[in-house]
Amino acid sequence: MRVWLNKQRNLLDFSLSSLSRRRGKTLGMLTVYTSIVFVLASVMLFSHAIRREAATVLAKSPEVLVQRMVAGRHDLIPARHLDAIRGVRGVQSAEGRLWGYLFDPAAAANYTLMVPTNPRIEPGKVVIGDGVVRVRNADPGDLMSFRAHDGSLVQFKVDHAISRESALVSADLFLVAEEDFRRLFGIPAGMFTDLAVSVRNPREVGKIAEKIDAALPDTRIVLRDEILRTYESVFDWREGMLLVLLAGSILAFAIFSWEKASGLSAEERREIGILKAVGWETGDVILLKMLEGLVVSLSAFLVGYLLAYAHVFHLGAGLFEPVLKGWAVLYPKYRLTPFVDELQVATLFFFTVFPYTVATVVPIWRAAIVDPDQVMR
Amino acid sequence: MVFQPAIIALLLASMVGTLMVAASVPFAVGVLRRWNTASGSEAQLEMEKRTYLVSTLLVVVLVSELASLVLFVFNADRMSSLFVGAMCAVGTLNVNEFGFPALYLKMVVFFAASVWLVLNHVDSRGYDYPLVRVKYGALLVLAPLMAGAAGVQLAYFLGLRADVIASCCSTLFSGNTQVTSDKLATMAPEAALAALTLALAAVLVLGRRVLSSGKGAIVYALASGLAFVVALEAVVAAISVYIYEMPQHHCPFCILKGEYGHVGYALYLSLFAATALGLGGGVAALSARASSLAEAGPRIMRRCVGASMAGFALFAAVTVWLILRSHLILIEPERLLSILPGGQP
Repeated sequence: MRVWLNKQRNLLDFSLSSLSRRRGKTLGMLTVYTSIVFVLASVMLFSHAIRREAATVLAKSPEVLVQRMVAGRHDLIPARHLDAIRGVRGVQSAEGRLWGYLFDPAAAANYTLMVPTNPRIEPGKVVIGDGVVRVRNADPGDLMSFRAHDGSLVQFKVDHAISRESALVSADLFLVAEEDFRRLFGIPAGMFTDLAVSVRNPREVGKIAEKIDAALPDTRIVLRDEILRTYESVFDWREGMLLVLLAGSILAFAIFSWEKASGLSAEERREIGILKAVGWETGDVILLKMLEGLVVSLSAFLVGYLLAYAHVFHLGAGLFEPVLKGWAVLYPKYRLTPFVDELQVATLFFFTVFPYTVATVVPIWRAAIVDPDQVMR
Repeated sequence: MVFQPAIIALLLASMVGTLMVAASVPFAVGVLRRWNTASGSEAQLEMEKRTYLVSTLLVVVLVSELASLVLFVFNADRMSSLFVGAMCAVGTLNVNEFGFPALYLKMVVFFAASVWLVLNHVDSRGYDYPLVRVKYGALLVLAPLMAGAAGVQLAYFLGLRADVIASCCSTLFSGNTQVTSDKLATMAPEAALAALTLALAAVLVLGRRVLSSGKGAIVYALASGLAFVVALEAVVAAISVYIYEMPQHHCPFCILKGEYGHVGYALYLSLFAATALGLGGGVAALSARASSLAEAGPRIMRRCVGASMAGFALFAAVTVWLILRSHLILIEPERLLSILPGGQP
């Protein structure tokens, strides 16, 4: 065992010194390799972090949403539906929600209006998200006015802004009182945008949804799990699409490493020839070259991954944000929660180290089988 | 569902691996037909050089198969959130009929590739390539096996549709559905642990005999294959239950997760390595029949068997530790005493 270990150590030693002898070539290879890892790792880290944010946000949303459909379109739902839902056994609570979108011509942006129930907001006041603060330069005490559905002016006094920590979901929020909301949009009392139902036992959600569906045939029922699943697959899909688009670069990288590995200089060929002349076997030379590849691979992987980590979690992933996040005027400013996932690292390894290794096998073998007398002559 | 990073990676790995082995098939046929060490012809020299390429490729394939086995299970576990009713990898693998076959085939490919590598290693110790025909004949078997595994895996991933009702681990194992793992779980934990004890004891006894007398490595290989199956059964029926400390939870995959300290790796890595080495020992014993390997064959065989025994012993040690550590009392002492011979309360 010790003999074997010593042999590996000496081989590693030798491969490190031979890499440092060809510094230019090694550094070139490392640069390309690192940037490939960097790009792919950025995509993966970013999409994974954003997926987790979505899951954390949705974890607190109601289990079941009931929306009324009229001619296939989402419509206001009457409050009497609440009684029917509360009658279903297993429903813990059900309440109507009021929310919608408001276009602000001054900022050319859409706000998300919501009526919070706990704590309630005083009529005439508004609590705004971080994005709204930015586009309107609004401070607490400022007045904001909007045209209501009938043309009259509705005025809001900014109460306070929502802290930036939750910016991912609250950037475009505009929280108002129920009275103001109804006045702004002309929604009569007793009507809601949709109904939120909470269920105590998660295993009953499916059955309760069925019962609500049977009792209220004009409604559409959205489950939290469905939303989560959909987000999950949407992000998976986006990440996968981006990776497929980047497949070209992986392929280019594989070709590059093939070229690099097969374009041996006369010096290197001579070196291999001498090694074989002094008694190295073909297998040893292959092992040596594989070790060199391993050293390059692992360093590039580590450096690329660390760079990507800094890029995504400290610099806001400027390069890929628009593709993975979608598009909006009111971009939330936020820091993603750093998270490294084993599956991701393993996947990334397959996308980078595996193609590199496969691409270099044949050139390495070609180099290793040269006859010593041929190259030393 | 093919546009998922881990799935793309798995498909890439299996495709490239299959292509590499398939590309060696014409060469393997050439070796079977024209190999002749006595000849000094150009073609023969070329072939001898080429054997290095094939064995290096196979090393790469083996490592990638092992890594993709782990990735496959991990990914199955992660995808469970996409399927109604699936709570872990078992649910995801049950989404369509190709899930478990894909997993089993991946394991078979792993063992086949590792046996091939042992064969290759032994062969390289003989000066006249005594096993070269056997080796390339085996490659001809390995190639379709890998292609089959890649195909089944592709069929599994293509057949995945998010939201299909999948059965979850807690209903799967206790339900009446005819799933292979179902039978394992209905096996009583006492019986599973007793079988495991017997199998491991048999393996260690047989191994000792191989080490002392140099005979019986083939029996040892068969026994280690059997012990592998028994050990997997025991993991499902009893060991995982001890880890989760929940009598109804039998999942063989969740033990790989961080919640349980990745303890599954200690079990599976030792078990897989022990089995692969055990099978390799059998192959090495068979190869000792060649005259040029009369010295190297038994030496490699002993080394394989010794390492394999160490692996099984490690598996047993980890199992005992897990059972002792667990707060769950799955088997009451009275019942245990009744099955122990001559047990007194």
